[in-house]
Amino acid sequence: MTAKALTTAPAVPRRPFVRRRSAIPGFALSLGVTIALLSIIVLIPMLSVGLKATQQSFPDFLDAAFNARALAAYRLSFGAAFIAAVINGVFGLVTAWALVRYEFPGKGVINALIDLPFALPTAVAGIALAALYAENGWVGSLVAPLGWKIAFTPLGVVVALTFIGLPFVVRTVEPVMRDLSADVEEAAASLGANRLDTIIRVILPALAPAWLTGFALAFARGIGEYGSVIFIAGNMPYRSEIAPLLIIIELEQYDYAGAATIAVVMLAASFLMLFVINAMQAWARKRSA
Amino acid sequence: MSPRHATEDAPWVKALILAVMALFLAFILLLPMISVFYEALRKGWEPAKAAIQNPDALAAIKLTLITAAVTVPFNAVFGVCAAWAVAKHNFPGKSFLITLIDLPFSVSPVVAGLIYVMVFGAQGWFGDWLIDHDIKIIFAIPGIILATIFVTFPFIARELIPLMQEQGVDEEEAAVSLGASGLRTFWSVTAPNIRWGLLYGVLLCNARAMGEFGAVSVVSGHIRGLTNTMPLHVEILYNEYDFVGAFAVAALLCFLAIVTLALKTLLEMAQPQSRPARH
Amino acid sequence: MTISIRSVEKTFGRYPALNGVSLEIADGELLALLGPSGSGKTTLLRAIAGLEFPEKGQILFNDQDMTYASAAARQVGFVFQQYALFRHMTLAKNIAFGLDVRKGAAKPPKAEIDKRVDDLLNLVELPGLGKRYPAQLSGGQRQRVALARALAVSPSVLLLDEPFGALDATVRKSLRKELRRIHDATGVTTIFVTHDQEEALELADRVAILNHGVIEQVGTPQEVHDSPVGAFVAGFVGEANRLEGSVKAGHFQGGEIALPAQGAADGAAVAFVRPHDLIRAPAGEESFFITTDRINVQGPVARIEGKTPGGQRIEAAFERNSAEGLRRGDKLGLTAQKAYVFSA
Repeated sequence: MTAKALTTAPAVPRRPFVRRRSAIPGFALSLGVTIALLSIIVLIPMLSVGLKATQQSFPDFLDAAFNARALAAYRLSFGAAFIAAVINGVFGLVTAWALVRYEFPGKGVINALIDLPFALPTAVAGIALAALYAENGWVGSLVAPLGWKIAFTPLGVVVALTFIGLPFVVRTVEPVMRDLSADVEEAAASLGANRLDTIIRVILPALAPAWLTGFALAFARGIGEYGSVIFIAGNMPYRSEIAPLLIIIELEQYDYAGAATIAVVMLAASFLMLFVINAMQAWARKRSA
Repeated sequence: MSPRHATEDAPWVKALILAVMALFLAFILLLPMISVFYEALRKGWEPAKAAIQNPDALAAIKLTLITAAVTVPFNAVFGVCAAWAVAKHNFPGKSFLITLIDLPFSVSPVVAGLIYVMVFGAQGWFGDWLIDHDIKIIFAIPGIILATIFVTFPFIARELIPLMQEQGVDEEEAAVSLGASGLRTFWSVTAPNIRWGLLYGVLLCNARAMGEFGAVSVVSGHIRGLTNTMPLHVEILYNEYDFVGAFAVAALLCFLAIVTLALKTLLEMAQPQSRPARH
Repeated sequence: MTISIRSVEKTFGRYPALNGVSLEIADGELLALLGPSGSGKTTLLRAIAGLEFPEKGQILFNDQDMTYASAAARQVGFVFQQYALFRHMTLAKNIAFGLDVRKGAAKPPKAEIDKRVDDLLNLVELPGLGKRYPAQLSGGQRQRVALARALAVSPSVLLLDEPFGALDATVRKSLRKELRRIHDATGVTTIFVTHDQEEALELADRVAILNHGVIEQVGTPQEVHDSPVGAFVAGFVGEANRLEGSVKAGHFQGGEIALPAQGAADGAAVAFVRPHDLIRAPAGEESFFITTDRINVQGPVARIEGKTPGGQRIEAAFERNSAEGLRRGDKLGLTAQKAYVFSA
């Protein structure tokens, strides 16, 4: 084998204008496209809402952001999202446990169905839940004799947000549960812990970061949810009107500043949640490493 | 009593957990899904079929397909570019960029629609200019597509970034050192390794693009036969108390969702990998 | 091809990986870059390959400046530590890749590529396995494929990053011999990185020893082993007892151990004595005594461990028969035939 003479190699610049960072090509192009699209689609349009909200006096802003109707809407959006996330926290954990630990008929189908809320259009979920939980629906008619109303009350909002948030806890807890080696449990058992001790003192603490992350993801998704909720909520001002709906109502009344103001409040909540979730995921990674 | 392994639950615990799960999933997932088909076929096949073959419904189906056909390739290009930049290179501010890419996940769909009204609407930044040039974005198809792109923006990038990070840069470096160009390296070495992940992302992106409601609802203007997507059409029929029609179109969307889940399950079998829920 | 590395500097963040490295590599040479992890040896290899770009200094191939040339333009063969085989391609496709990606007239005809792939599979002793996929191979076989793939483009330099790092001991030994055979058959200038001194000393024509991003010494295996230029090399290459003490008027004193130290400056010093440079001293000529606490016979060599009365641990290696009759707990008189003394 003869070494090919290097005289055929292309002329080499003595020092490139931009310092090469990486041997893998395409860095400038791919990062450029990424930042350009991110700016055009996401960042710059999002600025517009902030700017619109500041085009009013500060007292006007405060009134638009925190009048009684808006406060009631936030209370419902955040409260129902929180309750739904708690419900999913409990039942999602149970579901993940069953999927990871047990063999049972129909497991494959259930495993696939868990992701239905990701795949099903929210409007479809909304009308289906409304039909099911209305007073004359299959489930609604069961509880109606007890004097309970689910659809068209705040309870309906909780039901819709439970549906929407269902996959988050299951899918974040599941992999961690699967990686939890049987050794740890066997070690706990050999050290004399009974099953309940093992679960409370060994398994649940190991799952905590992932569980909290899933809870936070479900909560964050619930705050902003619109499509599945409006069909089942009843949409009564001060009672069953969610914050995103208030934005739409103000938009329909051409109150752009008002709509933008509520959007800014919700965005602030989103950013806070994003920050919390990132911190939790970093924590989860550190714990599982 | 036969001895039980230390990591095994008592039979009554197992039964209880399975029963709780079954009840929960039945009320939250299964019954709603069944009720969609039940309500659609309540009066038999014919009314349901007629509702789907209605010209307005067909126009909505067409618009939904167009929206997905633009959104998915757009986000695929973005996803591949972002993943290439983030997963194959090191640079300051990388984790901040990843957070920004995730941003649309945490924004309410209604807010996502609103921001485009603020930019392109009559009151917006470019409102006057657009009116002068007779270009319609809000209450027209471009607005619907923009809002859908926003909502599904991170889907494919989110799928590819961890996958490409996990695969490292060794194979790309080997290709480059063997004389391959950047494009050749991508097509011959990277693309075959990410094709399942890419397909997975495309599938989820497509499902969300076809089903998006909140964001599209804000920018669409709900003009029948023109700016109505399938989910918006469902809403209109429902609000007009045409329940059979609404549920018939909904059943079609639900069927699409089931197909999506089936394909997704197949893909997961083709490439087993734990995926954190983020959508 | 000759390679000149001139005052190359490279930092990762605030951490300097290469701190002014200069090295000349002769045509057809087989050179080892030896050092502990974090010494910069892999960074240097990657800089030669065009996978990293230095901030300062130059890298010349045959007097042509290649410092900022792309990896693709350098025509080097690079064997990655984890092999980096293309997992979705057959072995034949892997090996042919470097020829397949050529364009126009530079791309050989298909028949020629196929022939070259067959030749290379024979060279690395994997004949007929071209249709397999990397996942179907053992670690040692993957290593050979990675080598064949790098050789396929007739590289002007062959670079190997810890080529045997991921293999078990027996496979390592046989592949080591094979690399030497292939190097001798092809005559291509070869540089490999290793943290295993035995590997470097056995295989290489010359060894460059790196520590903290600086080359401590370059020389033949014998030179770096027998004439270390500094404390790091003396301690890193070969086994050695490390003694702390001081030098006064050409004599080293560390506890009860006295050693000759010609040419060493007065003051605090460290001395290195190789176990096999310690001999059992005849009565009256002992430089120091140890109490043995472990005697281990390995084939022809007896290894003795013990402690001086002052507590300094000493390891010695004798020919087996000169350790005859020695028992654990015996007092043993030793003298050093050779010692390396450096100012601390």
